[in-house]
Amino acid sequence: MDADITKAEDHPVQSIDTHTDTRDYLAHSRRDAERKGYVDWLIVDVDAHHVESVSWAEVTEYIEDPVVRHQATMYQKERVGAPPYGLNGDLGLRYQDVGGRIPHQSSQREKVEETDVHRDVVLTRRAMHGLAVNYMVLFPTPMLFLGMHPQTEMEVFLCQAYNRWLTERILPGEPGIVTLVVLPFNTPDEALKMVEQHADNPNVIGFCVTSTRYKPVHANEYMKLYRAIEESGKPIAFHAGYHWQDPSLATCNTFLGMHSLGFTWCNIVHMTNWILNGIPERFPKLKTLWVESGLAWVPFLMQRLDDQYLMRQSEAPLLKKMPSDYMRENCWYTCQPMEKSNMRALECTFEMINAESQLLYSSDWPHFDFDTPSVIHDLPFLNEQSKRNILGLNAAKIFGLNPKGPKAG
Amino acid sequence: MQMIRVGAVEEFEDRSKRVVTVGNAEIGVFRLGDDFHAWRNVCPHQGGPVCQGRLYPLVRENLDDQMKSHGRLYDEDKLNIVCPWHGLEFDIRTGKHPGTSELALDPVTVQVEAGDIYVLL
Repeated sequence: MDADITKAEDHPVQSIDTHTDTRDYLAHSRRDAERKGYVDWLIVDVDAHHVESVSWAEVTEYIEDPVVRHQATMYQKERVGAPPYGLNGDLGLRYQDVGGRIPHQSSQREKVEETDVHRDVVLTRRAMHGLAVNYMVLFPTPMLFLGMHPQTEMEVFLCQAYNRWLTERILPGEPGIVTLVVLPFNTPDEALKMVEQHADNPNVIGFCVTSTRYKPVHANEYMKLYRAIEESGKPIAFHAGYHWQDPSLATCNTFLGMHSLGFTWCNIVHMTNWILNGIPERFPKLKTLWVESGLAWVPFLMQRLDDQYLMRQSEAPLLKKMPSDYMRENCWYTCQPMEKSNMRALECTFEMINAESQLLYSSDWPHFDFDTPSVIHDLPFLNEQSKRNILGLNAAKIFGLNPKGPKAG
Repeated sequence: MQMIRVGAVEEFEDRSKRVVTVGNAEIGVFRLGDDFHAWRNVCPHQGGPVCQGRLYPLVRENLDDQMKSHGRLYDEDKLNIVCPWHGLEFDIRTGKHPGTSELALDPVTVQVEAGDIYVLL
């Protein structure tokens, strides 16, 4: 053979596991951003997570009720063999890592030597570097189940404590880290107080309802809340989740099946009630964002509601246009996990939702179905301006973020 | 064509792997029995570092002759590399995803000469 013989170098990271540095984990993503040229674009990741339960002893110190705070303190200090204080949800049924195949979903045990900021700030910064994003919107993880808590007051206690801990301990550590304050939506008056408390905080760029809950979004008791959010000028987001104990989802024997349906079903129900009860007509300046349900459900629901609405308009008298018009003009969507197996269907979806102005990039890092910015950048049917809009400029517009990035004047 | 020495055969245990770099290229080299296989360290799904993932045997459904399921089993004759980003699995021997013909790893020619492993780029 006519060949030059050279020696290969061992890769410094032979195997990725739960101890791998996030920057090594996401090295290919960073490299893609540099090679493909979008590393200098404004990129806003509208949905990323940290695992707040790792810091639960700190969070529970912020519970306002002195008796509950004391209970939580004692529990965190002494209780063994139990999940973090007050958190509900199927804590032993979290199979997202597919039996260890996706280590970053299980744990991020990497070394953090910085002591000037909270560990979560460091981990988030590393993810921002790897994904080449300028802003990262941070959401909690186990708290996404709080809408199903049997003690409605516990949702209030824990949301209030988490929001204070997040805004006081985490967000000041890095200007690019922002959040949508998690509302105790099952107690509308307390949710309203939380909006009033955080509305003027520039690091709070909106408000979040965790979608896994059975309370109808059109209930009259929410109207004061929607008015307050509308007046704040900040969006309300419905962040999807799953609930395996839901009777129909309980027929699914795989996490794959349950998760595929669960993360869309909750937002399909809420969107249906939101539109048919004319909430966009009642609060025309209220911007709604639908998070982490992917996109394929949207064309389905648009067509389904339009079809039925024409025959039963008298049941939705507030509507002045077709349901799909509201879904396209009054709603915004995050892309992840973006269904990509049929590119023609995806292109049609982008047209139906007017993605150029209504779609926002989200990673969902560090969860198992996260998307890097390349999923948008590499789409063959988008021009560069559309890609820039979806990856960052649309988010800058609806959240009022600096389009030059958090550190630019 | 460039011939790049990865290491000696004896440095590789059965069912083991090594990820190497050659310039900007990253390559995973795998040993299965007496055979060596090499693949680019780029997952066809989203570009993840597939060869830096964990090795798992292929999972099969345990059906009886009446088509009743009795759970799942590992097929120890088939070994997959699993991309750590999203869990996509690829057969070490063929580079193919077990569930679709649409996704496969990018192959690199591997050669054994005089007890040494080489990849050809």
